[in-house]
Amino acid sequence: MIQHGVGLRLIQALVGGDIVIRSRLKAQRLAFLFLMGCFFFNYPLLSVFNQGVDFFGLPSLYVWLMASWLALIVQMAWVVERGD
Amino acid sequence: MLQGWVIVLASFGYLGILFAIAWYADRRADAGRSLISNPMVYALSLGVYCTTWTFYGSVGRAVASGIGYLPIYLGPTLLFALAGFVLVKMIRVAKANRITSIADFVASRYGKSQFLGGLVTVIAVVGVVPYIALQLKAVSNSFAILSSYPEIIMPTMSGAVPLLQDSALYVALILAAFTILFGTRHLDATERHEGMVAAIAVESIVKLVAFLAVGVFVVWGVHEGVGDIFTRAYAVPEISSRLATADSPAAYGTWGTLIFLSLFAALLLPRQFQIAVVENVDVSHLSRAVWMFPLYLFLINLFVLPVALAGLLHFQGGGVDADTFVLTLPMAHQQEALALFVYIGGLSAATGMVIVETIALSTMVCNDLVMPLLLRVPQLGLAERTDFTGLLLGIRRGAIAIILGLGYLYFRVAGEAYALVSIGLISFAAVAQFAPVVIGGLFWKGGTRDGALAGLAAGFVLWTYTLLLPSFAKSGWLPDGFIAHGLFGIELLRPQHLLGLTGLDEITHSLVWSLLVNLGFYIGVSLQRAPNMREARQATLFVGGTEAADIPRWRSSAGVADLLPLAARFIGLEKAQVAFASHARERGLKGFEELPADARLVNFAESLLAGAIGSASSRAMVASVVTEEPLGIAEVMNILDEASQVRSYAREVEEKSLELTRATAELREANAQLRQLDRMKDDFISTVSHELRTPLTSIRAFSEMLQEDPKIDLTQRSRFLGIIVNETVRLSRLISQILDLAKLESGRAEWTVEAVDVGEMLSDAVDSLAVLFEEKHVKLEIEPCESGLIVLADCDRLIQVMVNLLSNALKFAPADTGYVKVGAGGTASEVRVYVSDNGPGIPIEDQKLIFDKFQQGAGTSELLTEKPQGTGLGLPISRQIIEYFHGRLWVESAPGSVTRFVFTLPRQARDNDANSK
Repeated sequence: MIQHGVGLRLIQALVGGDIVIRSRLKAQRLAFLFLMGCFFFNYPLLSVFNQGVDFFGLPSLYVWLMASWLALIVQMAWVVERGD
Repeated sequence: MLQGWVIVLASFGYLGILFAIAWYADRRADAGRSLISNPMVYALSLGVYCTTWTFYGSVGRAVASGIGYLPIYLGPTLLFALAGFVLVKMIRVAKANRITSIADFVASRYGKSQFLGGLVTVIAVVGVVPYIALQLKAVSNSFAILSSYPEIIMPTMSGAVPLLQDSALYVALILAAFTILFGTRHLDATERHEGMVAAIAVESIVKLVAFLAVGVFVVWGVHEGVGDIFTRAYAVPEISSRLATADSPAAYGTWGTLIFLSLFAALLLPRQFQIAVVENVDVSHLSRAVWMFPLYLFLINLFVLPVALAGLLHFQGGGVDADTFVLTLPMAHQQEALALFVYIGGLSAATGMVIVETIALSTMVCNDLVMPLLLRVPQLGLAERTDFTGLLLGIRRGAIAIILGLGYLYFRVAGEAYALVSIGLISFAAVAQFAPVVIGGLFWKGGTRDGALAGLAAGFVLWTYTLLLPSFAKSGWLPDGFIAHGLFGIELLRPQHLLGLTGLDEITHSLVWSLLVNLGFYIGVSLQRAPNMREARQATLFVGGTEAADIPRWRSSAGVADLLPLAARFIGLEKAQVAFASHARERGLKGFEELPADARLVNFAESLLAGAIGSASSRAMVASVVTEEPLGIAEVMNILDEASQVRSYAREVEEKSLELTRATAELREANAQLRQLDRMKDDFISTVSHELRTPLTSIRAFSEMLQEDPKIDLTQRSRFLGIIVNETVRLSRLISQILDLAKLESGRAEWTVEAVDVGEMLSDAVDSLAVLFEEKHVKLEIEPCESGLIVLADCDRLIQVMVNLLSNALKFAPADTGYVKVGAGGTASEVRVYVSDNGPGIPIEDQKLIFDKFQQGAGTSELLTEKPQGTGLGLPISRQIIEYFHGRLWVESAPGSVTRFVFTLPRQARDNDANSK
C-alpha cells in the first residue's frame, strides 16, 4: 500500500500533480503509444514495408504510414477521452 | 476574373475579416466571456504549425522525395503522445511563473539570467528569420502566379527584380502593419492575445479546408480516385522512380532525424511555445489537443501525395515548380474560384505563422534583449522614467518591423537558392538547440546558468557554421570555397563534412554535431559547480512542479507606495491598480491601500511585472525598489539563518529517511529471527508432547489391562507393574530434564561455581554408577591421571554431565565383553576429560545430530533390537553445561571402532586453586 502511494506521488510530481491527463495510467498509456509510434515510424519496420509491394495499387509504405498514423491518433483519442 | 485588383481586394477582405474576428474576441475577453476558452479552439490554434511550408511545400517535398514530407508531421504527433509528461509541466510552470516566451522560460529557469534570455532571443531571431523569409516568398510567388492567370508562369528570380517592384517587399510591409495592429494594440500584463488566438484558429480552418478542397478536386474531379492517380503515375517510369523511397541506412537515418527534429520544433519554435504554452487558457484543454492536433496534421497531409503525383502527371514537360502544384493544378483546369480559395488558404498559412512568430519574437526582443540593455545604460535615465508603456509598445512595434525586414533581406539574399522545405528545416535545426536547456531544465535540477550559456552558444555556433553559412554561400552571397575545401583550406573543417563525417545529409549532419556539442557543454559545464541559491530555487520551481511555487522569492519587503508606481510605469496606472486590487481581494482585504508591506506583495509585484517585461528585467526593477534600504546586520543574519535552516532541514529529512531505511532493515531481520524461533518452539513442543505421550500410552495400556482383567496371574501382573513403574520413572526423568533444559536455555538455572578437582569429580561419578555397570557386566576403568586438574565449575553439574556420558556408554557397550574407560589430562590452559566405550560406534553423519534435542543415534537404534533407552535430552543438556563454563563437548567415533566423548574446560591456575581452597 505504502509503495503504491509513493509511486503515485512520484508520477504526480513528474506530471505536475495532474488534472489534465487525469491519471498516471493515462499518462503512461500515452507514453506507451509514443513508444509504439517511434517503432511504427522508423527503421526497421519501414524497411519491411518498403519492398515495393503494392497494396491495391498504392505503395505499401505509404499505406502503412498513413494507416498506422491514423490508428495511433485514434488510440490517443481513445486513451484521453474514455474514463478510467 | 482573376485580375490583380481582385486578388488584392480578396486578400485585404480576408485580412479584414480576420481583424474583425480578433477584435470581437478581444471584446469578449474583456467582458470576461472568453471566446477561445475551449479545447477545440486551442487545438485548432496549434495548427499554426502548418505554414506555407506545409501548404505549398509538402507537395514539393513529396515530388522530391516521395513520402519524405511525412516525418515533419509524425514528430509532433509523437510529441503530443508525451504531452502528459512534457507539455503539461511546461504550461504549469509557465503559468506559475508568468512566463511570456521561450527566452523568458530559459532565463527564468537558470536563475533569471538576463544574459541567457538575450542569447536565446538572438538564436531564435537568427534561426527563425529564414522561416519568415519562406512565408514572404510563398505569398509573393502565389500572388504572382495567380495574377498571371490564365497562363501559368513561374515568377522570375526576385533578386533580379528591382526593390520597389518586388511584391515580396509589399507583402512584408503589409504583414508588418497587420501584425503590429494585431499584437501590440495595448500592453497586457499576461502577454496573452485572445483576439489573435481566435483569428489563428479561423486561419487553421481556412487553410485546411482549402487544401482538402484541392485534394478532393484533384482526386475525384480530375482523376477517378486515388487508385487511378497511382496507376497512371506508375505507368510513367520517370514518376514511378520518384515514388520509390530509398531503402538505405542513410535514408532511414535522415527520416528518423526529421521526426526527432520536428518533435522538438513543435515544442520549441517561438510561435509554438506562444500558442501552446503562453496563450493556453486552461491546462485541461491540452487533453483534447492530444489527439485533435495530430488529427489536424493527418488531414492536411491526406492529399499531399495524390496532388503531387497529379501535378507531375499534368505538368510532365516540367517548367512548373512542384512547390506551386497546389495552386497551379486548379488554374490549369480553369477553376478560378478554387484557385483563389487556395491562394487565400496559402495566405492564411503565411499570415498565421508570421503574426504569431513575430509577436512572440518581438516580446522576446523587447523583454529579454532591448529592455535589459536600455536599463543598464544609466545615461538614458530610464530608471527614473515614470511611464514605460509607450516605450515598451514602441520597442515591440519596432522589433516586428525589423524582424520582417530581416526576413525580407534573407529572402532577397538566399531565398531562391533553396526549396521551401530546406529553408524550414534550417529553422527547425536552430530551435532544436533549445531542447537540452528546456527539457533538461524541466527534469534535471543540476543545470546551471553557465552550463546553459555554454551549451546554447556552442550549439548555435555549430549550427551557424554547418547550416546557415553554407546556405548563404550557396546563394552566392558568401564565397563558397569554404564549403568545398573547409575554412582556411583545412579539409577537416568543411562545414558539411565536419571532421570528415560523411554519409549524412546536411540537416542530419548539422543536427548531430550541434546537439552533441550543445548537450555536452550543457551537462559538462553545469557539473563544474553546484547550482547557486537562485538557480537552485528556480530549479525547484521548474522541476518540482507547482507545489514549490509558494517558496518565497523575496525575503525583504516593500510597500504598495513603492510597488504600485513601479508597476504603473510599465503597464499603466489603471491596469496596475486593478491588478493590485484583485490581489488584495485574494488576500481578503478591501482595497490595495490595505496591503501590508511584506514579501508576498513583492512576489506578486514581481510576477505582475514579469508578464510585461520578462522575468529577468522584472527582477532587476523590483530589486531597485526593494533594496533601496540597506539591509541591517540583523536582517542579513536572518536571511542567512533562513537559508541555512532550509538546508539543514533538508539534510535532516535525508538523514531521517536513511535512519528509517536502516531501522526497516533491522526490523525485517528481527522479524525473520522471531519467525525462526517461533518455528523452533513449535517443533520443540510437538516433539516434547510426542516424547511424553509414548511412556504415558504404555502406562495407560498396562493399567487398563490390570483394571479390566482382575483374574490376571501374579507373574504377569508384577511384570506389568514393573513396566508401569519403569515408564513412570522415565516420564519423570524426561520432565525433569525438559525443565532443566528450559532453565539452562533461558539462563535461569542456578549455578554454584567453585574450584573443582576433576580427578575427585570423576571418581564420584564413577562410584555412583558402578552398580549399574556390574549388573550389565561391563568393565569400567578410570585411567590414572595427574592430580591437581582444577577447573572453575559447578561440581554437581559436572557430575551430571559425567553420569550422562557414562550411562550413554553403558547403554551402547555390549554386555559381558564391553568396557568403558574414563580419563582426564591437561595442558597449561585446559583440562580434557574423555569417556570411551567399545560400542557399535556412531556414523559420521549422526555425530552432529546427536547433540540436538530428542535425537538419538538412528544407527544405534537399528543395531539394537529394542528401542534405545533415554530421552534424547542428555547430550544437549551436557553440551549446554560445558559451554556455560566456556568449554567444548564433542564426539570422536567411527562405526566399529572405539567411541570417545571428550570435553574440555579452561584450567584454573594453581594460585587461585590454593586461594579458593
